[in-house]
Amino acid sequence: MLTCKEFLQELSDYLDATVDAELRRKLEVHISECPNCFVILDTTKKTIEVYKGVQPQPIPPEVYSRLMKAVEKKLAATTHKPA
Amino acid sequence: MAATTDAGVFDESGLLAKARKGDSAAFSELVNQYSRKIYRLAKHITQNDSEAEDVLQETFLKAFEHLGDFQGQSKFYTWIVRIAVNESLMKLRKRKSDRTVPLDEPLDTGEDTVVREIAVWDENPEQQYSREEIGGILDEAIQSLKPAFRTVFVLRDIEELSTEETAQALGISIPAVKSRLLRARLQLREKLTRFFRRKGDDVFAYL
Repeated sequence: MLTCKEFLQELSDYLDATVDAELRRKLEVHISECPNCFVILDTTKKTIEVYKGVQPQPIPPEVYSRLMKAVEKKLAATTHKPA
Repeated sequence: MAATTDAGVFDESGLLAKARKGDSAAFSELVNQYSRKIYRLAKHITQNDSEAEDVLQETFLKAFEHLGDFQGQSKFYTWIVRIAVNESLMKLRKRKSDRTVPLDEPLDTGEDTVVREIAVWDENPEQQYSREEIGGILDEAIQSLKPAFRTVFVLRDIEELSTEETAQALGISIPAVKSRLLRARLQLREKLTRFFRRKGDDVFAYL
């Protein structure tokens, strides 16, 4: 059986589903027998999910307006020629 | 406007083709589409509002300047993310007070994967914290990471770039991306557990 340390090293790849079938099986055996690693796996998964769900906030209006002004200025000053 | 096709789908390649020919409205649509995400990315990496604003502007100005170089082999978004990451990292490196170069410091000490907090999370943290509070907790946790970890986490798990795209954007190897991502995820898990753990529980209550 894998040690907890070995399990932790593979945790990220396991969550990203980039481990091969044999390693996946070993990792799954480990979590079925180690409650601590099961919780670490579950809470790491939740950590990733909670960040993925966050939508970007609107840009502050003054920042957005300065951005669009800078872009317009650039566009007006440049006759863009494709390479 | 050229922002959408008849089906209402954002027509990126159409806009790019027009922007390459100098259509400013088309380029503005692209800016409009991605500016929020680029600003968020810049804020996460620089952790400074005014630097993030500089990065935001520089990213789109450079994108416009080099639009002719964009071959369409990667996604447009990935391409501008690379510009934004470079601009953000330049800001970090320019800071006199911050002498730690963020992306090439030796990191593989193994200490970053030490796990201390092992606790089941509350099923509904929304009952305990408001949306704003949760947002604040998440931001604070990210800000506490070292830049090298933070940047990889933001690109992989927030901006959802692939491992390869992240490696390319940061100019580091794929194993380095993976090792930093693992450490970032474990460190964030640790920090969030302090807030989101189920009260009065131990791990065995979960089984």
